[in-house]
Amino acid sequence: MEVLVFLVPLALTLGAIGLMGFLWSLKNGQYDDLEGAGWRAIADDEPASEEPVPVPSTGTGRR
Amino acid sequence: MQATRDFSHYVRHLESGLSHIDLAVEGVNCAGCMSKIERGLSALPDVTLARVNLTDRRVALEWKEGTLDPARFIDRLAELGYKAYPFEPVRAEAVETEQASFLLRCLGVAAFAAMNIMMLSIPVWSGNVSDMIPEQRDFFHWLSALIALPAAAYSGQPFFRSALRALRARRTNMDVPISIGIVLALAMSVAETIHHAEHAYFDAALMLLAFLLAGRYLDQSMRRKTRAVAGNLAALKGETATKFVGTDEISVVPIAAVQAGDIVLLRPGERSAVDGSVIEGQSKIDQSLITGETLPVKAGPGTAVYAGTLNLSGALRVRVSAASEGTLLAEISRLLDNAVQSRSRYVQLADRASRLYAPVVHAAALLTMLGWAAYGATWHDAIVTAISVLIITCPCALGLAIPAVQTVVSGAMFRTGVLLNSGDAIERMAEVDRVVFDKTGTLTLPELDVTNAADVPNDVFELAGRLALASHHPVAAAVARASGAKAPLAGVEEIAGQGVRGSVNGLEVRLGRPSFCGADLIANEILCRDPEASVVAFRHGETRHVFAVRQRLRADAAGAISTLLKAGIEVEILSGDREPAVRHAAETLGIHEWRAGVTPADKIVRIEELKRRGVKVLMVGDGMNDAPALAAAHVSMSPVSATHLSQATADLVFLGDRLAPVVTAIGFSRKALRLMRQNLWLAAGYNLLAVPLAIAGLATPLVAAAAMSGSSLLVILNALRAHRGVREFS
Repeated sequence: MEVLVFLVPLALTLGAIGLMGFLWSLKNGQYDDLEGAGWRAIADDEPASEEPVPVPSTGTGRR
Repeated sequence: MQATRDFSHYVRHLESGLSHIDLAVEGVNCAGCMSKIERGLSALPDVTLARVNLTDRRVALEWKEGTLDPARFIDRLAELGYKAYPFEPVRAEAVETEQASFLLRCLGVAAFAAMNIMMLSIPVWSGNVSDMIPEQRDFFHWLSALIALPAAAYSGQPFFRSALRALRARRTNMDVPISIGIVLALAMSVAETIHHAEHAYFDAALMLLAFLLAGRYLDQSMRRKTRAVAGNLAALKGETATKFVGTDEISVVPIAAVQAGDIVLLRPGERSAVDGSVIEGQSKIDQSLITGETLPVKAGPGTAVYAGTLNLSGALRVRVSAASEGTLLAEISRLLDNAVQSRSRYVQLADRASRLYAPVVHAAALLTMLGWAAYGATWHDAIVTAISVLIITCPCALGLAIPAVQTVVSGAMFRTGVLLNSGDAIERMAEVDRVVFDKTGTLTLPELDVTNAADVPNDVFELAGRLALASHHPVAAAVARASGAKAPLAGVEEIAGQGVRGSVNGLEVRLGRPSFCGADLIANEILCRDPEASVVAFRHGETRHVFAVRQRLRADAAGAISTLLKAGIEVEILSGDREPAVRHAAETLGIHEWRAGVTPADKIVRIEELKRRGVKVLMVGDGMNDAPALAAAHVSMSPVSATHLSQATADLVFLGDRLAPVVTAIGFSRKALRLMRQNLWLAAGYNLLAVPLAIAGLATPLVAAAAMSGSSLLVILNALRAHRGVREFS
């Protein structure tokens, strides 16, 4: 059962990382446009000559 | 023809030296549009961000400050084939966005905590039936408490706050039993952990929170979406005013940039977007959107005009007033305030259920405790059993039963062109047994239409339409619209108060007053048959034609009314218009009850009278004069063409030129109410199974978890049935 000393903190850390990731993505406006995000995944890539679409800065989606 | 467009009002300046603007865009509904717009706009120099939001149908733009005029974005989008207009978020929407993101944060915290605690609970459950030593179990319980307590304190806020508010107002709502259940479950679990007990309910408490928050979030996001779409519709109307910036210098500014005291120019054919009073000029104005009266009235210095007033003949200078100054407007807002206050607070189904539910459950828990104590169990065991009754019955499914249906139904309504303004509108809509319609702009279309188009040869109609394009007069505009003409005639001269004239192949063409075209006889003949119509004459050489123009009933109005009547719903017209016009509409539609020339105050009196008789009234209206009646009625609906005030007051807004959404909205609501009731019974039935176990002291955390997720799934699946369309009425 000594393995718990490892596994429990590991599990909690992983959980905490997941939560942080979620909160970060929420703050970053990634849930502002769920419909559009779905389509973007299958949209054609930008041609190399054009500038890539910039990632929006915090909360620019809508305010 | 257009003066400078000044959108600077909408531009936000960011700290990084960038400017930001949000545009509402019409017709963005696929991935293709999204990349087309983003590429098209990014191609403009100095644009640093062009990002489409497909959910809200908006595009956010950023560019280096001072390098671009925002009007260029709108032109660029027009080139790409999209109509766009700057968007200014209303405060209510900003608040909802903030709430939605807070709920999502709470949901995230609760869900992560619930999963991690479940990971710790499963070893305890399996250990309890095998070889777990008490020290290990305590360790796992303490770990669970470490996660559960802060997580619940944070993610439970929406419930705790609402419950506190309700208790302070000496009311109770669904959040009160929820909060009690969660707090007691956590407190008991901590106490049990201290006493090295076998069972702790940390997982149940957090799972409950996660499920309930999911319901709340769904509810909120659906509302937010309809609000965003309604906001876009308002923005895309692109209402502007021509404002005097010097004595004779004018600038076209968005309506949001006009303030009380400004002087604006109202040209013939323009609809006023502001309230104010005339300070210079003579004209006739059409106040039908405000009073329901379709006959034009004279306007001169001192005449009050309201947002929605249509200027017919001469240019007017209008001083913008604050909303309270106008006499009619002040009267209407006073009536509106009264109506809103007197509207007996409707008790939502969820709250009614919780009023029944909370005492029953709390009494059951109390009796369990007393029963066990009397039976000889220790106080500790009796209290633990009582609390487990509360946990098992905690209204998890009950909390989801109604929001789940509301979310699915408002989504289905949204697709048929009905936007919900308030959440409980569905429940109230389902009870409707009488529909009161306004006539002008509600039963009829807001725009004028040519009624005798079939009597006029096509080529003549087209020519008249091309000539009409040169005039601003609304009657001429109706002819132009009906003819479908695209190319205006060149060299057309407008003769004030008479009409327009030009020439085609050497022959003179005229469009205007019958006397201007020498067509008085034909005009009189038409007016004899239809005294309500406005006439406009057309002359080409010696051929003369007269167009009859009037407001036309919505194409499917008769069908919609007869569907309502067949379903046993009474229909009535309350109109501010004159008797003959109302009588004509009522007879055409087969409506027996109608009143004409009704003032806003009379409308309320009539609605109150119906309410006293116990009738549940759905008021459908668009005019400013309808706003108080909309607020007084049991539930209300507005077409999207309605005045701001009416739209803001109405519970539902419908899009398009058809009246059918009124019928479908009632159908959907009835179906929704049925499903909500079923869901409440399902949730109650589940409790009937689980509660005896809990009272007997057999409810373990495992049983609680299974009961909770099982009943929640059941009500969600049942709610999804609302997705399917409604067969008119059942």
